[in-house]
Amino acid sequence: MIDPLEIGDDCLVLAQRLAGWITRAPTLEEDVALANLSLDLLGQARALLSRAGDEDRLAYLRDPAEFRNCLLVEQPNGDFAATVVRHLLYTGFLYELYAAHPEDEVAAKGVKELAYHRDYARIWAVRLGRGTEESRRRTTAALGALWPYTGELFETEPDLREPWDTFVGGVLREAELAVPRVPPAPATRWTGGRRGRHSEHLAPLLAELQELHRAHEGARW
Amino acid sequence: MTLWEVFVRPRRGLSHVHAGSLHAADAELALRHARDLYTRRQEGVSIWVVPATAITASSPDEKDAFFDPAGGKPYRHPTFYELPDGVEHL
Repeated sequence: MIDPLEIGDDCLVLAQRLAGWITRAPTLEEDVALANLSLDLLGQARALLSRAGDEDRLAYLRDPAEFRNCLLVEQPNGDFAATVVRHLLYTGFLYELYAAHPEDEVAAKGVKELAYHRDYARIWAVRLGRGTEESRRRTTAALGALWPYTGELFETEPDLREPWDTFVGGVLREAELAVPRVPPAPATRWTGGRRGRHSEHLAPLLAELQELHRAHEGARW
Repeated sequence: MTLWEVFVRPRRGLSHVHAGSLHAADAELALRHARDLYTRRQEGVSIWVVPATAITASSPDEKDAFFDPAGGKPYRHPTFYELPDGVEHL
């Protein structure tokens, strides 16, 4: 079963992250592309959170410790390479999760959207990895910084590890990038989001997301 | 970045129609940008992207020479044929 709170929060937080690119993307075309990815995820977040309760209350009135998203999706946008790598690592996972649950309405519809997301991330990862010296340096740095957070994804979904490895490994080979080695650190450094223990990056994201609703509850356009 | 012209086919059986243009580094990205820019409200079932430089266009200066001579020649329309009885699907 797809956990509506965990995956709904993943989608909501990643949608909010991607929306942060609007008016700031490298090109107008990329701006629209990222906004599209964000809106896909927002739609999935709404459908999933509605299963867990009142979507507005869940999105706007919970504190960071009540969110169940994984740490990966709350990591800052960074540069474009970091956004691409984060999207590759996460949507590679969400695609496999949706594909494994064809009986679920959100998953059945979302799997097509996610097929596009992970392919989009793939073609950009390949271009950045094999592009200029600088794009390669930035992509390698993003991969090193974000890779350790992927372990958390498979704590609840161990069966998805193998297909994810196959897909992401294939992309990295195509991009001529190496799988990074995870530096030694306390285990809690890279996990905890599913239990409400988040990085310092989630609170500012939620402050921006929730500001209007908290100041004017029930505000409508 | 290269300028690409985008052609979208709205439905099966119709032909691709020029929808607009966009900038992209290569064809694969141009196709994806075209999908996001021109088909997000279900406008199409097929997309072509063509480098704008690959298109040879008639010039507005040549408009008279190109198109005016076709005027006033109604016999070029297939409306003067008399159909024999029993011909269907015409």
